[in-house]
Amino acid sequence: MVETSAPTGADDAAAEAAAARPRFSDTLVRLRYTLIPDHVVGEILTKRWVDNAAPALFLVLVIATFGTLLPDFFSIGSLTSSLRQLGEFGCVVLAMMIVLVAGGIDLSVGSVFALGNFTALLLMNVLNTPAWVALVAVLAVCGLVGLVNGVLIGFLRLRAFLTTLVTLIIVRALVDMLLLRYATAITAGSPDSSVWDFVGDGSIGPVPFSIVVLLVLVIGGHVLLSRSRPGWRVMAVGGSRRSAHNAGISVRRTVCGTYVISGLLVGLSGFMYAARLSSAGAETGVGLELQALTAAILGGNSLGGGRGSTGKALMGAITVLVITNGVVRLGMQSGAGSMILGIILILAITVDVRWLKNRYKVLNKVYVSPAYNRLPPAPETAAGSGSPYAVNDKLRDVEIIGLGVVEGPEDVIFDRRDDLYCGTRHGDLVRFLAPDYTRHEVFAHIGGHPLGMQFDRDENLVVCVGGMGLYKVAPDGEVSKMTDETNRTPFKINDDARLRLTDDCDIAPDGRVFFSEGTMRYEMHSWPVDALESRGNGRFCVYDPRTNTTRTIIRDVLFANGVCLASDKQSFMYAETWGCRVRRYHFDGPKKGRIEDVLPNLPGYADNINRASDGNYWLALVGMRSPPVDLALQMPGFRRRMARRIAPDEWLYPNINTGCVVKFDESGRILDALWDLGGKNHPMITSMREHKGYLYLGGISNNRIGRYRIPGADPTWNGYDAYWGARA
Amino acid sequence: MKIALTQERIVFALAVLLFAGFAIVLPNFLTAGNVLTLIRGVSVLGILGLGMAVVVIGRGIDLSIVANMAISVAWTLDMADRGVPLGVALSLGFGFVVLMGLITGFLVAYVEIPPLFATLAMGAFIYGFGRAALLSQDVIQMPAHAGILNLAGTGHVLGVPMPIILLAVASLLAFLFLRYTRPGRTIYGFGDNLQAARITGLSVRPMQVAQYVISGIVAFAAGIITATAVESMNTRIVNGTLIYDVILVVVLGGVGLSGGKGGVRNVLVGTLLIGVLLNGMTIMDVQYTVQNVVKSLILLVAIVVDSLVNPRDEQTAQQGDI
Repeated sequence: MVETSAPTGADDAAAEAAAARPRFSDTLVRLRYTLIPDHVVGEILTKRWVDNAAPALFLVLVIATFGTLLPDFFSIGSLTSSLRQLGEFGCVVLAMMIVLVAGGIDLSVGSVFALGNFTALLLMNVLNTPAWVALVAVLAVCGLVGLVNGVLIGFLRLRAFLTTLVTLIIVRALVDMLLLRYATAITAGSPDSSVWDFVGDGSIGPVPFSIVVLLVLVIGGHVLLSRSRPGWRVMAVGGSRRSAHNAGISVRRTVCGTYVISGLLVGLSGFMYAARLSSAGAETGVGLELQALTAAILGGNSLGGGRGSTGKALMGAITVLVITNGVVRLGMQSGAGSMILGIILILAITVDVRWLKNRYKVLNKVYVSPAYNRLPPAPETAAGSGSPYAVNDKLRDVEIIGLGVVEGPEDVIFDRRDDLYCGTRHGDLVRFLAPDYTRHEVFAHIGGHPLGMQFDRDENLVVCVGGMGLYKVAPDGEVSKMTDETNRTPFKINDDARLRLTDDCDIAPDGRVFFSEGTMRYEMHSWPVDALESRGNGRFCVYDPRTNTTRTIIRDVLFANGVCLASDKQSFMYAETWGCRVRRYHFDGPKKGRIEDVLPNLPGYADNINRASDGNYWLALVGMRSPPVDLALQMPGFRRRMARRIAPDEWLYPNINTGCVVKFDESGRILDALWDLGGKNHPMITSMREHKGYLYLGGISNNRIGRYRIPGADPTWNGYDAYWGARA
Repeated sequence: MKIALTQERIVFALAVLLFAGFAIVLPNFLTAGNVLTLIRGVSVLGILGLGMAVVVIGRGIDLSIVANMAISVAWTLDMADRGVPLGVALSLGFGFVVLMGLITGFLVAYVEIPPLFATLAMGAFIYGFGRAALLSQDVIQMPAHAGILNLAGTGHVLGVPMPIILLAVASLLAFLFLRYTRPGRTIYGFGDNLQAARITGLSVRPMQVAQYVISGIVAFAAGIITATAVESMNTRIVNGTLIYDVILVVVLGGVGLSGGKGGVRNVLVGTLLIGVLLNGMTIMDVQYTVQNVVKSLILLVAIVVDSLVNPRDEQTAQQGDI
């Protein structure tokens, strides 16, 4: 098979026959790499929610362990009492979480909890106020402590750790002093309030009241934190205080706000605790700050800010509560509980820290996940072989336009005034002015790298912008977005609604834009890596300006590239780069929805397709196939080992440096091939456009545009008039 | 020359003011005996503060220092009570703190757990392990034949109580270590900028481990002084607020929690302020909880003034610095 580049006689025939018929082991490899979706692992690892895996696993382990050790762990009575505790503790952990997420820490939660408990009992038992008055008073008192913390830390910018340490001591001392005076009165009094009793003992259905409160807070808090402006501010401040400040967020007010929220949540928790136990002991809330901190961190909220959610807080709260309660109920020797808590903490944090540190290393190793791609033996290209692809040197003497002026003109196009347009990797559309194309100007700045282009009926330039989507540039240079998303595939892990690499487009007479997206798994700059996968990550979409909707029409394309409407205007030719073929898709008419092969086996990697003056099509081959790469494509395991073990710049890539232009007709016959054998002026071609007897050549990594005189071509033909009709 | 108002100077000025105030208001305050009592009262706190300072300067924090002190000393005493020769018991206690320091240091330096958390967990572990596996009761009495060891808590040199002498010795050692030795300078280096220190070629991780071993050894020494002074070691102090007082003493004097800043002088200034405060309030017979409130308010004033005089800048503040 290695010999396919220089075959001889009978060996050749035998080799081709063998290569054409897959062996059994090949079939096994193909099945293995088709049926097992390896790429999902990498896609899951890119998701932020996967951070929760370790805490969640840990939670399950803890529950399973104590569930087996304690026979009555899952009994109703035991569960209900644990759940009431969880409702209260969960609120405190939420309070700690919100402060942590904004980059602070609140050590005063334990004391504030005791203060809230005391205030509620004082009002209910001694002053006999209605329950709602007590609640408001508790929230006011605890919120005030939070406000003091917030003003000190947010506005005066004291250190959170020290400041809340101080408030911890002061508030604790305050509660102790108050208890000395009122403890007996509190114990003596008994409030007569059904609301109070309901808060302490009531349930909504089978769910205790405090759990309902907690769930509402967790769900509401998640929406606030992840979907609202104030929540984003908190996350931004925690993620990077400096950037948030420079972005105009009021860092001080945001930080202050988190402490107030913390105070309110802890107050609410203290209120529920008071209603449940009516106990005004001096030990209330002692050490709660460490428990809450432990829970928050165990759940995956990071110390120092920027990473956290209410769900994480809830997971951590359940874990810590199960451990502390479980250890107590196991009846172990005094101290053993503390020891076990310490060990569990160290283990959990170790897992979390190592996970965070190594996640991206793992991701880098497993994201590239090659699939099986067997190509037929490549057609002959040797000079004198009689093949239609035979190499020649027709492009040796192409004229050069804009040498050193443009970088990365992936596609070129002409308007009706003969001006030449191309994109650059700096995000500009550059216009070269007719007739000699020596003068140029920046026509429009888009920001992303413009790739395939097409003029619509109203002379707007429709541009595929890598990394951005489909854009429209009006004749006066005004840029507007057409679309940057399509319908999302259900159950796909990567968010494929977003367009990552729009590549080429063409426009139907009714205005619909058919465009390709090369790959959904790689960004613009790493598109060659998609060749190593050859999984079929590309797709074709259609944008309908009449309804302003975008829909995916063809999926699983081996790098979707060139698009060009066929002569019937009811179908388009499309290039499948790593599949080395050109196919035709009927979007209307009698064959609607059908796909036909036009050029099933090319000697190189197909890129853009455009119309020729004689009714045929030009096709650019960005690079030529080679036997080693073809062989590697049938060996996914080999490519996988390569991607894991060696550096990306040592990987075996397909050739994307030397290619050619071919002309073909709708029946799939190759009519012409243009090469630059010397490799001097224009070896790399991603697109070509015929205009008034010349062929203009673009290349995504070139610093020039080539111009080739086509012998015998119609010197008046221009693409715009030919397609949209000449105008006066 | 303009004198910059650093936190250390503010706290020192505050201590001097309070000292002067107490001296004027309280008749018995300014006597040689009371001043010695004052310093003696905070000498253990000061020694613990020195151990903590070494860790804090290296951008860490050791919340397990009190647990380390209580359990290691209680175990030592327990063994001595049960007839193990004193030397052996002391060596084992010493070995215990070194081992715990090594584990903590390993967790911080090599596993890269944030120190706040690693030491929090280790504190819980050490206390729990000690209570469950090493000790049978909360309070361990001093053995009768402790002999020369008793001098650490109760002896006098030229009329000065031994704990004060030991604080002075510890301060001198810490000063020399931090200022003049290579490991000492390394701690400042990575405390200030860990990445830069590593790239420069300092052996950051072994020194991080050493930090926690040092703070463990300091804790052991402080524990011996405490135990000999009161004839017993009560492991319940682990659950008290001593750890907060130690942090207070360190940070009050101006050792930055973000590392790389401060030194022995700062710890001593912080200790002095707390000592003056506690002593004055004790003479005035102020209730314990009120003492706590006053202490905290003074601390608050100190850090507010510091923040006003030396405001932190959004552009240069370190991310995640709490």
